[in-house]
Amino acid sequence: MPKITFITSEDETISVEGTSGSVMQLAVDNDIKGIEGDCGGVCSCATCHVFIHPDHFAKTGAPGEIEKDMLELDDNVTEYSRLCCQLEINDNLDGLIVTVAQ
Amino acid sequence: MPNENTKAPICLVIGASHAGINFAFSLRKEGWTGSIIVFDKDPETPYHRPPLSKSYLTSTEETNNNLLKSLESYEKENIKLYLGVSIKKIDRIHKTVITEDGSRQQYDKLVIATGARPLIPPIKGLDKVTEVYTLRTAHDATTIRQKVKENISKRVLIIGGRYTGLEIAASLRKLGTSVTLLERESKILARVTSPEMSQFFYDVHILNGVQIHTNKNVSSVTSINHTNTITCDDETSYEAEIIILGTGVIVNTELAKDAGIQTENGIKVNQACQTNDKDIYAIGDCTFHHNPHYNRFVRLESVQNAVDQAKIAAASICGKEVIYDTIPWFWSDQYEIKLQMVGLPFDYNEAIIRNEEETTYKFSIWYFDNDELLAVDAINNAKAYVLGTKSIKEHLKINKSNLRDSSLKLNLANLILKE
Repeated sequence: MPKITFITSEDETISVEGTSGSVMQLAVDNDIKGIEGDCGGVCSCATCHVFIHPDHFAKTGAPGEIEKDMLELDDNVTEYSRLCCQLEINDNLDGLIVTVAQ
Repeated sequence: MPNENTKAPICLVIGASHAGINFAFSLRKEGWTGSIIVFDKDPETPYHRPPLSKSYLTSTEETNNNLLKSLESYEKENIKLYLGVSIKKIDRIHKTVITEDGSRQQYDKLVIATGARPLIPPIKGLDKVTEVYTLRTAHDATTIRQKVKENISKRVLIIGGRYTGLEIAASLRKLGTSVTLLERESKILARVTSPEMSQFFYDVHILNGVQIHTNKNVSSVTSINHTNTITCDDETSYEAEIIILGTGVIVNTELAKDAGIQTENGIKVNQACQTNDKDIYAIGDCTFHHNPHYNRFVRLESVQNAVDQAKIAAASICGKEVIYDTIPWFWSDQYEIKLQMVGLPFDYNEAIIRNEEETTYKFSIWYFDNDELLAVDAINNAKAYVLGTKSIKEHLKINKSNLRDSSLKLNLANLILKE
C-alpha cells in the first residue's frame, strides 16, 4: 500500500497509507492540518497546496495547465508546488514526502 | 437524544453541510473547549454537495465517497453529530432547541446553518405524478441515478435552466439519456449571468444533444402509463418518464424567524455572522449579509461563502474581532467545460470578452463598472480566474485594450494599466 508522508506547518510529520482516491482525500481523511479541499477535489479552490520533496518530484511530475494557473493564487508557489487533489494515489507515489503549504 | 448538562459551554449547530461542519472544526481550531453538537435532519454522514449534480450522477461507486470529513475526525475533535434529527423550534428564553420528538438541548452559543431547500413550483398535477425529483441531498442524487440507470431509455425533462439543472443535464447526457430542458425566461441562466455566458452555455448544451426550450412556463403535468405529459402556458407539451425540478430554492429561515430573529432575504447577520441575538450566529446559504468590497447586502449559495462564514463565526465566538470581507467565487463543471467565477457582477455597465487564441472553448468575460473590475467569468481558463481574483481584490485598474488583444499574453504586466 503506498505510504505518503505529510509535514505540516506545525512541523508534525504524519505518515499514512492509502489505496485509492487523491492525496488530498487521504489528507482530509487523516485530518492533516492545512489541507482543506473545499471544492471536493476538482481543482477549483487551491486549498490543498503542498510542496513535493524535491527528490520526489519525478514521482508526481509537473502540474497540468489549470492546476499550474490555480497555484498562482498562492503567493508562496514554488517549482515544487502541487494541488494534491490532482495527485491520484498509486504505487508510484509510495514513499512520497510532501510539505503542507501555509 | 443528547442532554449535555455539564458546566462546559455548549455550542450547538443546526445544519451539517459545508457551513455547519466547517464551523464545527474551525471552532475547535480556534480553541473552543466546550461541547460541539451538530444536528441535521439528513441521516447521511456529512458530504460535499457540488459533486451530486456532477461526478456523482455519472459515477458507478455504490457509496458516496465525497465526505466532508472522515468519521474518525469527528471523534478526534470531539464533535458530536446527531443526524436524521429535525429541529422544530428555537427557544431563546431558555437557550434551548427542541427536536421533532420534543427533546430539548441547551446551548450557550447557537449557529444556524440551515441552508435552503428545493422550491416546488405550483404546477397543476405535479403532486399526482410519479418520478418527479429534486436534487439537493445525496439521497436525491442516488435516487435519480438509480432511476435513470435502471432504464437508460427513459426520457428526462428538467424544469429550470439554472446551474444545477444544467449540470444535471450534462451528467445525464454523459450517461446517454435523452434530456429536454424547459426554461421560463427567454434565456437559460437568465438572472445569474450575462447574455454572452448564457448564450455560450445554450450552444454547448445544444451541441451535446440537450433539447432546450425557452419562454416555457410549465402549467400542468399529467401522467398515463408512466409517461408524463408536461404542458406549458403556450399550450406546447412535452413527454418524459422522469421530471427533475431545477426551479431554485427556498431559504430555510423559518426556525430563525419563528424565534424572532431578524430575517430579510435570508437570516440577517452582522460582519461577524452574528444575528440580532448575540448568542445566535447564522452562516452559509441561509444568511443575508453585507459584502464590504461591493458595499451591498447579498445572499449567496456557494461553498466559498459557507466555508468562509464558518471560519468567521468560529473566530468571533472564540472572542476574536473579525469582519467577513471576501470576494465571492463559484465554479461549475459541465461536459469538458470548467466555469470559474469570481466577484459579483451586479450593475456592470461593460462586459469585455477576452478570447484566447488556442481554442474557442477557452475565454473569459470581464465585467466592469466603468474602470472598476467587478467580476470575471472564466471558461477553461484558470489564469483569467486567478488574475481576475487578484485584480478585484486589490482594485487594480485594467488596461482594457490589452485585455481585448488576444495576441498579448494574459498576465498581470500586460493587464495592469500603467499610471
